Amino acid sequence: MTNVLINAPKAAKKGEVIELKALILHPMESGFRPGTNGTIIPRNIIERVVATWNGKEIFRMDFSPAIAANPFVSFFAVAAESGKIAFRWTGDEGFAVEESVAIDVA
Amino acid sequence: MKVSRSKSQSPLTLPERMRWRPALALLPVVFAASFAMAQAGADKSASDTRRSGYQDMGAALQKMQDDDTANPGMLYVQLGEQLWAKPAGAASKACADCHSVADMKGVAARYPAIPENSDRPIDLEGRIQLCRASHQQAERLAPESRDLLSLAAFVARQSRGLPIAPPDDARLAPFRSEGEAIYRRRQGQLNLSCAICHDDNAGKKLAGVTIPQAHPTGYPIYRLEWQALGSLKRRLRNCLVGIRAEAYPYEAVDYVALEVFLMGRAKGMPFEAPGVRP
Amino acid sequence: MPGPKKGATRRTFLAGAAVVSVLPLGAARATPEAMAAAIKEVVGDKPIREGRVTLDIPPLSENGNAVPLTVSVDSPMTEGDFIRAIHVFNEKNPQPHVLDARLGPQNGKASISTRIKLGDSQKIVAIAETSKGEFFSASADVIVTLAACVEDLT
Repeated sequence: MTNVLINAPKAAKKGEVIELKALILHPMESGFRPGTNGTIIPRNIIERVVATWNGKEIFRMDFSPAIAANPFVSFFAVAAESGKIAFRWTGDEGFAVEESVAIDVA
Repeated sequence: MKVSRSKSQSPLTLPERMRWRPALALLPVVFAASFAMAQAGADKSASDTRRSGYQDMGAALQKMQDDDTANPGMLYVQLGEQLWAKPAGAASKACADCHSVADMKGVAARYPAIPENSDRPIDLEGRIQLCRASHQQAERLAPESRDLLSLAAFVARQSRGLPIAPPDDARLAPFRSEGEAIYRRRQGQLNLSCAICHDDNAGKKLAGVTIPQAHPTGYPIYRLEWQALGSLKRRLRNCLVGIRAEAYPYEAVDYVALEVFLMGRAKGMPFEAPGVRP
Repeated sequence: MPGPKKGATRRTFLAGAAVVSVLPLGAARATPEAMAAAIKEVVGDKPIREGRVTLDIPPLSENGNAVPLTVSVDSPMTEGDFIRAIHVFNEKNPQPHVLDARLGPQNGKASISTRIKLGDSQKIVAIAETSKGEFFSASADVIVTLAACVEDLT
């Protein structure tokens, strides 16, 4: 069961600038909200997403509690070579999820 | 509670703030144009004044719904697709063992409906539960559980763009009447009916938000207020809380009756699931 | 640039009350001053210039739980001249620093999108850092309306 939705073109021309988008299921509990019993719900957020292209980092973003639940991120990348685009999300409570897509660059 | 404002700010008086409203009120008109495409294919005539809640949203939220790569509801559709193919229960059968995905086209736009060997309607979630009980011999899924919502979202996604088409079944008539009676009945400490907000005052503002006509065009919806996907039942429960009435239990027939009425009222409008709403 | 400002709302009060009730004494939610301090932490004493940055955020949001935001920066994104980082700040959420994105020439285009939570109507500031160590910024005033008929917590 994957909780991640990555959208990237399956193929691109070498040198083309492509958009990469990713959604992940996560509550992004800010640590500032009171629960039903009045006590604060402990913080549970994703702190960082790192994207790599064939293992080389191409993008990273550090999150704060102000990033919306089920975080969405999009950015661009120059299509350099065929291979694997991987996203890795890490955060509170040992959260770590990695998901990748294949891309064909010609 | 009084909060003082620093002098460096330029506080707007209430009338000044109100002046913003007409400009904002024009926004939906502009956005309505982008909805025109979605309306094509549905049997709506020009004189039809019904509006989906989609049309009352700002462009940003419309875009969020329209783009499958950005719509958070699609996370659940993907989960539902995985569950669809996964064997469950003592029968170890998957939904996919009996149904093709193509057969799901139009199903969500038709429910609630009366299943075989029964005389009362069930909604889409109820249908999924019935399949689990009778064909998969699996436990019921909890109301509003992620699995149930995901399966419903996956099935509902197959009807996107189709006109809402309740079944032509005379046995539904009494349930539709019952639903309408609930819709028009004043209840709660605020002594309001559904109709007072969603018929008589639809299009006006409540707490800064446009009151929608309450057509269930996009369920299950990703509601930003919930920060999650939720069913029409959950939305109805929110309304009941809003009018300070006690929400019926999840199993209550009242919800299904209301759903039968609301889907009949929205007949012909395009189905949008998974919708995004504020 | 005076934009529309709203007075204190129920949400401000609740957010404020929640924070005050849980954080150690002295802590409070972000203020324009806290935002300025957070920006200084990133920028140091370097000047921040207006321009090159486009901050795309709806002027009116029906719900503050997920407000779409795009920051684009005018840059050739070449090895010799690119955008190194994009930061977003706000002045009324509990914490002023919203996000910190790291970019490079491999991105081809300096543009990022995400969705943020806004506890109240406020000013949002985006700051871009170039490979030459310059800072450019753009800001926007956002109105967040309150949702009607929200769920009972119990």
